[in-house]
Amino acid sequence: MKTFKIGGVHPEENKFSAGKTIITTPLPKQAIIPVAAYLGAPSVPIVAKGDMVKVGQLIGQSGGFISSNVHSSVSGKVAKIEDSLDASGYKRSSIFIDVDGDEWLENIDRSPELVRECHLSPEEIIKKIADAGIVGLGGATFPAHVKLSPPPGKTAEVLIINAVECEPYLTCDHELMLEKPNEILVGVTILMKALKINRAIIGIENNKKDAIELFKKQIKSLNIQGVEIVDLKVQYPQGGEKQLIDAAIGRQVPSGALPIEVGAVVMNVATTFAVYEAVQKNKPLIDRVVTITGKSVKTPGNFLVRLGTPLANVVEQAGRMPEDTGKIVAGGPMMGRAVVSLDIPTAKGSAGVLFMTEKEAHRMQIRNCIRCAKCVNGCPMGLNPTELMNFTEYEVWDKAEKCAITDCIECGSCSYICPAYRPLLDYIRLGKGKVMTIIRGRNK
Amino acid sequence: MSVILTAIVVLSVVGAGCAGILYLIGQKFKVEEDPRIQQVQDVLPSANCGGCGYPGCAGFAVACIKADSLDGLNCPPGGADVMQKVAAILGRTATATTKKIAVLRCNGSCEERPHTNQYEGATSCAIASALYGGETGCTFGCLGLGDCVLTCTFDAIHINPATMLPEVDEEKCTACNACVKKCPKMILELRKQGPKSRRIYVSCANKDKGGVAKKSCSVACIGCGKCVKACTFEAITMANNLAYIDDEKCRLCRKCAPECPTNAIVELNFPPRKEKEVTEVTKVKEVTETENS
Repeated sequence: MKTFKIGGVHPEENKFSAGKTIITTPLPKQAIIPVAAYLGAPSVPIVAKGDMVKVGQLIGQSGGFISSNVHSSVSGKVAKIEDSLDASGYKRSSIFIDVDGDEWLENIDRSPELVRECHLSPEEIIKKIADAGIVGLGGATFPAHVKLSPPPGKTAEVLIINAVECEPYLTCDHELMLEKPNEILVGVTILMKALKINRAIIGIENNKKDAIELFKKQIKSLNIQGVEIVDLKVQYPQGGEKQLIDAAIGRQVPSGALPIEVGAVVMNVATTFAVYEAVQKNKPLIDRVVTITGKSVKTPGNFLVRLGTPLANVVEQAGRMPEDTGKIVAGGPMMGRAVVSLDIPTAKGSAGVLFMTEKEAHRMQIRNCIRCAKCVNGCPMGLNPTELMNFTEYEVWDKAEKCAITDCIECGSCSYICPAYRPLLDYIRLGKGKVMTIIRGRNK
Repeated sequence: MSVILTAIVVLSVVGAGCAGILYLIGQKFKVEEDPRIQQVQDVLPSANCGGCGYPGCAGFAVACIKADSLDGLNCPPGGADVMQKVAAILGRTATATTKKIAVLRCNGSCEERPHTNQYEGATSCAIASALYGGETGCTFGCLGLGDCVLTCTFDAIHINPATMLPEVDEEKCTACNACVKKCPKMILELRKQGPKSRRIYVSCANKDKGGVAKKSCSVACIGCGKCVKACTFEAITMANNLAYIDDEKCRLCRKCAPECPTNAIVELNFPPRKEKEVTEVTKVKEVTETENS
């Protein structure tokens, strides 16, 4: 079985919500749609207070190439445009919409039929994806159309679909694969057409055997050419772009380079589904599957949520918030962020809400480094986390840069594996930001 | 005997020869250094704090000598005394600089600003602020993890355990700007120390709307604009729901502070107010307290 070659850890999987059918959550009373809930330049609101909007209507125009459109996920009246707390922990400009009914734009095809044929040219497909405001739904929320437009001189050879879902607890992608395999496969063919290639690999971790079987069967029954399923050994962080490329096709992306350098384009499986909906059904990115989970959650499950729905509304569907909750994490336990309130809206990157019990939530007391090098063995990028932490603590930026601190993918394997509970990633993330600022200043 | 003599003679000759060569090399490759650099460096405080904007005291000394005049050159820890000495060495005149001091623009102690969550991560303001807004409802205020304390070379900032806010020691602070640069929330500011250390400033950095700010912190500036109206010198400006007192224009008349409904304007080192004023202020306070209860 294939996996990536350097580092990696194996946290407890705890996929409690696996196999739970996706439930559509009711509409909220008010949707809060942040204008910048993704990577890149914030979008510019094009509606004003008092405007009536429909589901799927463009409300935020993308503010540059690496930026994305924002659409209304509900129908109703724009109540206000104001700063609101989101998963980043800070207040950012958001559009508040008072929900009234559920009126969709006419051109959106809401029928469940599978539309296989796509007669659009690659450029038209990419434009449609950009217009639909699709960003990477795995968590990094990088605008999808940017990935599909390789820089001049570079060509894509293979499309890799990231169906790894290596984060413990989360099952939203897994469930989506079980329920919408045909749509996802058509999405893959559309992406292949957009990239002008005829080879795609779907990487699935071995703990999702049912999905692997189903996809193999559907590829045969739909008679799709050039798509191959790769069965991957369970290992964190296999869902990292560079790790997945290594695992799937055995190529290593050089330090500081993008996957296109080795001819690969990686797309998340949920993004692929969104691409299908956007291109074949004219439906912009207005909803996503969110996993609500945790050891003490009564009914963990997967929910189809309109973007902008406050997380509290989604949590209600999984039973009340457990009483012994010590920490609420937006996203998975490894890369998610703790949130201070459940009033924050579901954003394009919200893959899950994890409730940690009081006992699990606390950090252990930080002890001295015992030089066991577990973090060095665990780092999937081949870095030396303990050294990078020290460089950051003592602000030795030149050495941190030399030791490739900017290669860190912030997977958290080092902090997870450290027997002295040192906050390695906290420091490295800080140092990475500092060094990147220094590099940017130098290149100006 | 002759062995010893030979040894002494040979060593002496070799030694003298080497000394001669070294002397010649020394003469040939002599580096002419301005003797004033050392003199200037001797009067500088040798703290190497970087407050002047140059890499350490030696760098500052060189800059002083190279510059045509001492305009814009200032040693914050040394102050006017040191600059006078430097001017005397270089035969120039030192420009007068006003003494400044670091001021924390946040007054949200644990009582005033109740915690809404608990932070357990690494003890560093920079890390905490990269993760989220902070332990209270206010995302602008002090995190209290002490990055400023660590960065201060003069031992002038300490966290007060009662309020969990840093306090600046007026005697020790040299206005070197290190803490101002370090604070990730950018709430430390260098302000004029003022006569007898008297200062008035808005001790808040919250840019939220009044109601939101007040909800998260009882001493937050709510942007009501009363102080702006009260100020007769146009020293107070209001931007993003936050008042700011310009220390260049402020004449320390104290008219603004009693106007502030949330006591966000702090007066330092002033004598107590006159009887009449005090009663008025306390009356206002009593009224608001009864309203709240």
